[in-house]
Amino acid sequence: MTPDFKQGAKALPSNLPCQHNKAGAVEWRQIAQTVRAAGGRLLTLWGGDDRDRDGRYRVYVAYLQADGITVVEHEMAAGSNPTYPNLREFFPSALRMERAIFDLFGLKSMEPDHRGWLRHGGWPEKVFPLRRDFGGETQFAGESEPYPFVQVEGDGVHEIPVGPVHAGTIEPGHFRFSVVGEKVLRLEERLGYKHKGIEKLFEAMAQREGHKLAARISGDSAVAYTWAYCAALEAITHTTCPARAVQLRALALEHERIANHLGDLGALGNDAGFAFGLTQFSRMKEDLLRANQVCFGARYLMDFVVQGGVASNLPDKAPRLLLDGYHALETGVDSMRNIYDNHAGVQDRFRETGILSQENAWKLDAAGLAARASGIPHDLRSDFPWPPYDKMNVKVSKQTSGDVAARVAVRFEEVLESLRICRGLVANLSGGDIRSAVPDAEPGLLGVGVIEGWRGPVLIALETGANGSVRRCHPHDPSWQNWPLLEYAILGNLVPDFPLINKSFNLSYSGHDI
Amino acid sequence: MINTLSRMIRTGILTEEAAQPSKEELALGGLQENIRKILGRALCIRHVDAGSCNGCELEIQALNNPYYNIEGIGVKFVASPRHADLLLVTGPVSVNMEEALKRTFDAVPDPKIVIAVGDCGACGGIFGKSYATRGAIEDIVPVNHSVKGCPPSPVAILQAILQTVQSTTA
Repeated sequence: MTPDFKQGAKALPSNLPCQHNKAGAVEWRQIAQTVRAAGGRLLTLWGGDDRDRDGRYRVYVAYLQADGITVVEHEMAAGSNPTYPNLREFFPSALRMERAIFDLFGLKSMEPDHRGWLRHGGWPEKVFPLRRDFGGETQFAGESEPYPFVQVEGDGVHEIPVGPVHAGTIEPGHFRFSVVGEKVLRLEERLGYKHKGIEKLFEAMAQREGHKLAARISGDSAVAYTWAYCAALEAITHTTCPARAVQLRALALEHERIANHLGDLGALGNDAGFAFGLTQFSRMKEDLLRANQVCFGARYLMDFVVQGGVASNLPDKAPRLLLDGYHALETGVDSMRNIYDNHAGVQDRFRETGILSQENAWKLDAAGLAARASGIPHDLRSDFPWPPYDKMNVKVSKQTSGDVAARVAVRFEEVLESLRICRGLVANLSGGDIRSAVPDAEPGLLGVGVIEGWRGPVLIALETGANGSVRRCHPHDPSWQNWPLLEYAILGNLVPDFPLINKSFNLSYSGHDI
Repeated sequence: MINTLSRMIRTGILTEEAAQPSKEELALGGLQENIRKILGRALCIRHVDAGSCNGCELEIQALNNPYYNIEGIGVKFVASPRHADLLLVTGPVSVNMEEALKRTFDAVPDPKIVIAVGDCGACGGIFGKSYATRGAIEDIVPVNHSVKGCPPSPVAILQAILQTVQSTTA
């Protein structure tokens, strides 16, 4: 074992404590085992093609441990069949990430499941889009390829295929249910329908433009992604943002968290047959979005966080308007919580539905709010508070029952906690600038930005190129960890409870499919 | 129950006048008449996400909140394309969604209307054309109208729906 693998590690630019190790094939797995045994979690896994520089391919893994982030790098000679050891044994969520790395780079992990994950037949099998000798704008005639789902056999077992187009205004993905009667025996997800080649697009962008693309990785988490991108770039260039700018970023991030939780709390009521909940929460969400329009200049803050700070200042009337709005929201959310908690029909649907046990949450690397509802109270805002959260003393919500009711309770608590944070930010806003100048970074530097978005930790790994260009950028959504949880949470539940269970997680398709 | 009722009464009716979003001063009655003339009944919409970032979806969902109350003017979102008169399509058409989009379009009975929602749907947006995306929706299925914005506001989407229904009637 390598308990001392951190010796000789180098610090890596990041908004969190972060270090960088290199590992051979054997250490790649040994480190994973050590991290797992010490209670660490897998944050993300990504590939790189450096054949132009030193004739090598690389894979990187980022772990989150009690003392911060550890990035481990493993290099492979560029032969005809580059392979690296798999990590599923220690971190099951690595499997899909390894399949994605194969689709994009042609780097194979020693993993028996080689079904395409992001590649559905839209580009030829021997084309690997993230290799440097592939031009990103090449178009291919798509050919849909069969995808062998795992079959369940037995008396009365049948399959229900759902998607990719779903019966609602939501994102596309495919769910294959194997059921007996109404009871779900197995769910297998197939994702990747929204793959937009975002990582390839980053490589054609200037460092100072990249935040615009980052905002559009998952539109519901635009602030988290833009902040993560800017945090990585600012760490690489040793830029300090003005105090007012980081406060405004946090305000925007908390608004994003509140808006998404309000939307989901309403939709959860609706999925439980309580349309009144949807009406009330969608009204409150709209009030918040309209306040965003007045205070930040947009309902969804796609372009608010920019490198070095934020794009616009608050208008003079904003503090009063926001504080009044928070008061109305808090009253509304409190009263709705009371109504949900005391509604027998709603509670009957929420409780003991879609249970994710603490044990499974732990084994499967659950992230963010899904983990907090299953007794794993991790929240970067509290565990590694970066400015301005170092002054906010964020209280982490925790539930232990792991059912829909627990995820609902965590959302209620987080809305109220975010309102408290917002109040504090508005009341103590610093004066001064909202933006610092950011120089173009030196080429060949790696930096990591990690922000606790409303679903969980959102990560951007950024490698700089020459003349202010982006050499490589890997965005990671916590949905990668959490999609497999849904396959467990649904087991033994009824098919009609799937929309409710799915909504209680409300994972990102776009952020996952990148 | 008493809490629920009291909250309903305290909330009151929030729906804003539907005429407000329309620059062309489409009266509420006029719209409903148009919908009846062209379709013989309410306007049924099916949404298809062809690779968006989910921003446009959030604003389309907002049309159902009590402020816009789109059902109140006879516009309804339906679960199946076979029940739809109009497709709202978002995204830069990821190659992995191309076939699903075409099949959904084919499943909508004639006469059908297609509105491309958002910058991506209108022209490919920041994603444009690449190995993974096809760009504008009109290159894949016929589009009657586009509404730009990243994401477009619910008011802009509502306006586009009203204008398209009107111009199709005329």
